[in-house]
Formats: sequence, C-alpha cells, structure tokens
Amino acid sequence: MSLHDLVKSPTVDWMSAEGPESDIVITSRIRLARNLTGLPFPHLMGDQKTAEKVWDTIREGIKNIPDLEMTSMNRLSDLERQMLLEKHLISPEHSETASPYRGIIVNKTGSIVIMANEEDHLRIQCLLPGLQLNQAYRYADDVDDLLEKNLEYAFDEQWGYLTSCPTNVGTGMRASVMLHLPALTMTNQKGTVFNNIAQLGLTVRGLYGEGTEALGNFYQVSNQITLGQTEEDIINNLWTVTLHVLDQERNTRKRLQEEMKHQLEDKVWRSYGLLTHARVITSNEVLALLSDVALGVDLKILPPIPRRIMNELMVAIMPAHLQAAGGRKMDTWERDVFRAQVIKKILSKVKEG
Amino acid sequence: MYCDECKTRPATVSVTQMYNGNQVHLSLCSECAAKKGVGLFNLGGASLPKLLGSFFGFGPLGMGQVQPSIATGKTCPNCGVSLITIGQHGRLGCSTCYEVFKEHLEPTLRRIHGNTVHTGKLPKKGAGKVKLQRQIEQLKSELQAAVANEQYEKAAELRDRIKELEKSKEAR
Repeated sequence: MSLHDLVKSPTVDWMSAEGPESDIVITSRIRLARNLTGLPFPHLMGDQKTAEKVWDTIREGIKNIPDLEMTSMNRLSDLERQMLLEKHLISPEHSETASPYRGIIVNKTGSIVIMANEEDHLRIQCLLPGLQLNQAYRYADDVDDLLEKNLEYAFDEQWGYLTSCPTNVGTGMRASVMLHLPALTMTNQKGTVFNNIAQLGLTVRGLYGEGTEALGNFYQVSNQITLGQTEEDIINNLWTVTLHVLDQERNTRKRLQEEMKHQLEDKVWRSYGLLTHARVITSNEVLALLSDVALGVDLKILPPIPRRIMNELMVAIMPAHLQAAGGRKMDTWERDVFRAQVIKKILSKVKEG
Repeated sequence: MYCDECKTRPATVSVTQMYNGNQVHLSLCSECAAKKGVGLFNLGGASLPKLLGSFFGFGPLGMGQVQPSIATGKTCPNCGVSLITIGQHGRLGCSTCYEVFKEHLEPTLRRIHGNTVHTGKLPKKGAGKVKLQRQIEQLKSELQAAVANEQYEKAAELRDRIKELEKSKEAR
C-alpha cells in the first residue's frame, strides 16, 4: 500500500480486526523513536538551512531501501493529512504541519508508517489489529535494523537511543494497546482499574493519544518507562496487564448481563435504533452509540455486525473522511446530515452479508 | 551586553523561544525576564514541558524566578541550546546535549525512569563496549552455574573466555 492508498482506502490493516482478542483490543502499536547523531532535533529546525540538512540526511539514508517511500507533508492536502490522523496513522501534531521538511515514510505493505521530523527525527510505527504486540515489535525492529544500516543513529552506551524528550530515552519504545472498555466505564470501575495500571508504570490516554478524550469508551494503555527495561520486559508487562484488564471487562460484562439484563438490553437496542435511524448526527454521538452497539454485538444481544465494519464506520464518520467521500467541503451541519447517510450505507453491507 | 527589553540593565538570561514555528532569541536582565515570563511562557496547555522543567531542578521563568547560575551556564557547542532552554521546553537540542549536560540529566532520568542504564536493544554498529560487557556478564553467570554444578573443566574454559573478553574491552 502506498501512502496514497493509505489515505484513500476506506480500510487499512488494523481495521480488519483479524487478530487475537480483537473484540476488546482494537489495535496494538509499537513506536520506536530514533534520531540522527549530531543534527538538531526537529523542534530546533528553525531556519531553512538546518531543516533542509536534516531532511536531506534522512532522504539519503532511505534512498537505498527499496521497500520504503518518503513523502513530504507539503505534498499532502490538509484533508489528506487529517484523514491519516483519523485512521490513527499519524499524530495530531504531525497532521497539522504542511512543512516540506517533515514527512511520512511507508513500506510497500503499509504495515509500517514512519513519521519523519515529528518530535524526533524518526518515529517508526507499526499498528496491527488485536493483541499482537510481539508481532508489531518484530516488524518495527526489522525496519529499524534496515534504517540503522543507512543512517547514523544517536546512541549512547549508557543511555541507549537518545531522543528529543528525556521521557523516551533508552529503548525509545512506546508500546500501546487501544482497548474498548464499555462495561468498566458504565459501572464506574475504570478509575480503580486505571489506578492499578498506573502503579505498574503504565499510562492511560484517550482515542488520539496524549491529551485527548476517551471518546466512545476507547482507551490507550502504554508504557511510561523507556530506560532500564528491555523491549521484551516492556512488552511483557503491557501484555500481562492487558490480559488482566480484558478479564475484568469480560467479568463485568457478564455481571451486567446477569444483574441488569433489561436495562442493558434496553440501552443497547436504543443506541442501535438511534444509530440506524438518525437523520442528523455528530461524530461524538456516533462513537458513543457505536460503543453500546459493539457491546450489544459482543454479548449477542444484537444480531452480528462484523467488527471490521464497525471499525470502518468509526473512521468513515470522521470529518475529513466524510468530506472526501462527499467530494466537497462541508460545514458542520452538512456533515451531520451526510454522516447519517454514510452510516446507513455502511451498515447496509451487513444485511447484504 | 544590555537587556533587549529595558536596554539599561546588563543581560543575564539568554532565552530561545519557538514562536509560531520561528526561533526567537532574547537576552534579558533578570527583572525583565521575570516580567516577560508571564506572557512568554504561559502558552497554556503545555504542562508536560513545565513538569519536565521542574524535573531539571528549576521551574519555568513564568513563576517569576530567575536562576542566574544556570542561566549564565554553558550552552551546547553543537546546537547552541542552554540548560535553561531545555528546562523550558522539556526537550534537548541534539544528541550532543546529552554529553554536555550529562551531570544535570542523570538525576532527571533517574526521576523519570527510576533507572539510568539502558538494557534494551543495541545498534548493530557501534556500542561495542556494551555488547562485550553484556557478554561478559552472561559468561559470568554461566561460570557461577558451572562451579555450582562442579563442572570445573567448563568453568576454567569460561574463565579464560571472560579474561579474553575483558582484555579486548580494555583495549577499546
């Protein structure tokens, strides 16, 4: 998949939901922060000459790797950059820049998306469906080895990989899982669960990462510590905690079904009704309703809807994807109307089989 | 050099700011820095850099405090960033900063990570010394196991290999 395909295609790899535990673990992500030795970190690329030098160094290094394709942010429109954000392939910060010296590097299968000159010179990312942290690490690690052959990494024997922010020094690795936790949220237990998570050196964030809200009961859990632990330790820790949280979510779902059967069924069916029959609807409302519907499908209260279609819906109803599908710029009101139509169209695929 | 702001007092603080994507350099006296601090550094929402700044042992200038001892201190010869700027942004300027400000960074990294030694992946090229060190540690634990199991021939072999590796480590 070229970058162009990643932008245009209605679905990308992680949305296929073909991974273990993908009813609750939407995605597994590995991100490796790498920098080039001696060159100023991206936040200091003030003047054009410095920025050009950093960019050219990266491009020279990439040149010899046939599997990788590099694109400047100024080659993408505002809408296209936002679509990449909505597909969770780049960070909010990276989607806002149209700089010719910042960019995206993708491999041919589209399994690797590298942000160039975001907070660090390189942020190698691998995003997979379900709980597949080890697999994601293997992919990212392979690309890291390839890049290392062609670039001079900033590495210190004591401190490991050197990064722009000291919170990433060491492995430079952030491993994260995106979890859908409607039952723990509904029963007000998420506070306790997240406190426990925090004590194990992990942190919980919202749907789009740092500083974002937990829309649609989606939570990102990731490691905080990058120095003094091996990549394997970090992944195992997150893996273990994730399995534990999955257990708690599943148990709570079971209890809800036993103790509040009618309230739960009522909530799920009402949300399904609103989602399928609304004529004007905001994206936040869709995410909230979709969370209830996904829960209803998981618990077999509702007829089955494949998770990949719900994932597709989640992305398709976002502002940039809507406007791309409609082929024109739309204001908020037009989007809310068009969104209701898009939902019906995507959900009609379920009935067709 | 006089303060860019009041142009009467001598400048004691050098400030580098990213403003709308451009770098702005200012040389200020401590009074003006404190005054300007409110507008300059309260950009809102940037709680992580502030928190990190406090990790470096001082708060942001917005608090109305200036610490000349740090402000007049050294800058990184490679990228020109000073420790005070690092504190404000919560970010270093380049890989060389890690060597230049090593003593200041050590406690910071310990507070963030609880550790100061990388144990994870090593690049294929470079990091030879660490690779040798890790190999030596591995062999040492094998040696202990061999001794415990009374496999003295194997132990002697291991001991010789450790000696060899230590020699080549010294030689680097």
